[in-house]
Amino acid sequence: MKTPLVPALANRVVSRRGVLQGAAAVTAAGLILPYGATPARAQARGGTFRVGIGHGSTTDSLDPGLWEHLYVQTFGACRHNYLIEVGSDGQLVPEIAESWDTADGQTWVFTIRQGVTFHSGKDVTAEDVVASINHHRGDASTSVVKPLLAAITDVRADGNTVVVTLEAPNADLPYLMTDYHVPVMPAVDGSVDPESTDGCGGYIVESFEHGVQATLTRNPNYWKEDRAWFDRIELLAILDPAARLNALITGEVHLIDQVDPATIGMLEGRGVARILSIPGNAHYGFPMDAREAPYSDNNIRLALKYALDREAMVDVILGGHGAVANDNPIGPANRYFHAEMEAKTYDPDRARYYLQQAGLSSLDVTLSVADAAFSGAVDAGAMFSETARAAGINITVNRVPNDGYWSNVWMQDDFCATYWGGRAVEDHMFTTAYAAGADWNESFWTNDRFNELLLAARSEVDENLRREMYHEMQQLVSFEGSTIIPMYNNYVMAVSNDIATPERISANWNFDGFRCVERWWMA
Amino acid sequence: MILMRVALGIGLLFIVSLVIFWATELLPGDLATELLGQSATPETLAALREQLGLNDPAPVRYWNWLTGALTGDFGVSLSNGRPISELIGARLGNTVFLALYAAALSVPISLILGILAALWRNSIFDRAANAGALTAISFPEFFVAYILVLWLAQTGLFPSIVRINPTTTLGDRLYMSFLPALTLTLVVTAHMMRMTRAAIINLMASPYIEMARLKGLSPLRIVLRHALPNALAPIINVIALNLAYLITGVVVVEVVFVYPGLGQLMVDAVSNRDIAVVQAVALIFAGAYVTLNLIADVLSTITNPRLMHRR
Repeated sequence: MKTPLVPALANRVVSRRGVLQGAAAVTAAGLILPYGATPARAQARGGTFRVGIGHGSTTDSLDPGLWEHLYVQTFGACRHNYLIEVGSDGQLVPEIAESWDTADGQTWVFTIRQGVTFHSGKDVTAEDVVASINHHRGDASTSVVKPLLAAITDVRADGNTVVVTLEAPNADLPYLMTDYHVPVMPAVDGSVDPESTDGCGGYIVESFEHGVQATLTRNPNYWKEDRAWFDRIELLAILDPAARLNALITGEVHLIDQVDPATIGMLEGRGVARILSIPGNAHYGFPMDAREAPYSDNNIRLALKYALDREAMVDVILGGHGAVANDNPIGPANRYFHAEMEAKTYDPDRARYYLQQAGLSSLDVTLSVADAAFSGAVDAGAMFSETARAAGINITVNRVPNDGYWSNVWMQDDFCATYWGGRAVEDHMFTTAYAAGADWNESFWTNDRFNELLLAARSEVDENLRREMYHEMQQLVSFEGSTIIPMYNNYVMAVSNDIATPERISANWNFDGFRCVERWWMA
Repeated sequence: MILMRVALGIGLLFIVSLVIFWATELLPGDLATELLGQSATPETLAALREQLGLNDPAPVRYWNWLTGALTGDFGVSLSNGRPISELIGARLGNTVFLALYAAALSVPISLILGILAALWRNSIFDRAANAGALTAISFPEFFVAYILVLWLAQTGLFPSIVRINPTTTLGDRLYMSFLPALTLTLVVTAHMMRMTRAAIINLMASPYIEMARLKGLSPLRIVLRHALPNALAPIINVIALNLAYLITGVVVVEVVFVYPGLGQLMVDAVSNRDIAVVQAVALIFAGAYVTLNLIADVLSTITNPRLMHRR
């Protein structure tokens, strides 16, 4: 396009006509170029979408109550639908529940969409939904979301509606129904078969081997017309980061997760794939046991919070793919995120001041870390130790084995590293890890005002009041809480240029909220 | 004598099984904690332990498993409830396929290179073959693998990962598994080649070879007809050792090429405390070692008339 244009301008005596011709040519080029550069093709059906995922093992389970990593989560999103979906913009989108309503926040009525079928051909009914929810309730349930749904006292089908009764009002129940652990599965005699692959999602399982691969074909009867563009999906477990990257470069797969920040420049230089770095609510942190000295003193906790360089951690540990966090587990993608809180910066003098307030001139603590907590945790611990020294705080970094980290170190040692995937709902995050007595309250922190607000906000229907309450709770966790949260980590993935992605990509979970399989298409 | 060796092999396997069981008991945490990970609560842990039968004392669990294994039943995987034989079946096939593929490449190559190197001892060829094989064995496997990926996969000649399933045709299988097989070939060739060369050269100084040479036989005939049969015993042993290695020691190559073999299954099972699978796989590995060494012993006896007709 350029070659004929340049000599035409250079060789010709510049007359008025020539200038105009040149201008016309430039304009035409300007119009055509962007079109050629970005092949903005409309959504189209067809193709095989191959995904390389850095998780997966032979011990994976089909049982949604045991899902915990990206491979099973994505596999689940291929074959299942949920009552409600979290849209790309974070808002709730009706899925199997056509609509939902409540009068008092305590009794909820979900109207089930008619005409949706499972892969087996059976219609999706209210009874299926009831059985799917009950799979995570009751004494015999091994589901990890059992504590989350413990507030549900009754679930029953009423015609084509499902009525859920709670022990106390909760304005966020619809959000809980989007949890990836709670897909709608077919009921047999009132309960679901967790080992069945049947679902009502966009893809039907053709074959799978845990820890190796899964192959799915498009569900011809899928009820959504503007979704599930690919004909086939192949999910591959590729645990080795270099193998994953190679598979993307050589075109064996179209999408990979957990891209090593060090290789991003090299990958972009190849021109075969692009990096998607999606800011979410996932965060890395260092919980301190608030029951034990010295962490029982908030001055000590504050001293530690001012003794680390958050900016440097985002740059080094996340390679810039993340954001500074202010000891706040609620992230920028949350509805009630408190953005105006006073930011904590690296300030050794201030840390020293808080030490003095606690009656100490220096402090010796031991931080237990392993990369099992989050990738880079050991390095983060070393950085923390380095910056804290200037404030008179000696942090001994105790590197522990990855094996058994979550059972032997986390919530056992009084100062360690942790990782949390984002939660779409403030209440979900706080109830899981900050409420007094919660099973995973990793810092054993109890704050009366916080717990009071947590209960009040749950049932509050006035948006503004609710926002105020959640802001106050974030303030409490940040300045009185016992967990140091230095950074929010982005979801970093690399996607082949053969794949087109929507303008907006969901921030609630990795892989476009696991929905890349039905939201993306072949370019 | 052969019966005696078989009995010894079985005894060895029994001891190995005891050691394996004891070692897996030493790992921190158990299956229930690994399965639930960060999401474990005391309540769900207790429910899961009860379901999985983890509350029995260790000797009871060992005895249950051993009696099962003797009747050909390895039991079910503790973590997903599938029969272990089903879990292992396809992967054992894949592992044996890759081992045979690599052996089919490496055994002829190393024998030919070794014989030629002995024939042209101290020539440029001898030195080049030695240096090349030693260079290949000196690099860690993953490095060799990545170099091959860089040269042969990123240029589009061969796939960088092995995507095979039970329906893949043999041709595709051979094509897709070429890089892992080549990696393994490069890693094991030096050992076999140098043993072949050394064994033959060792014999070349014997009086009967001198005699053959004086008779005016061609050097190639001397090596193939007179030296090689007598050098077979050490060569067979080193080949058996390498074959055993190809079956049991290829975890790294499996990881780099995403090859669904037994090694990956073993690593998964260890990190998930799926003790039943760990024990079964370890037993298969031990069995492979013992069997291959047994075969090597028998073959070297057969190839040596002095051992066959001992008085």
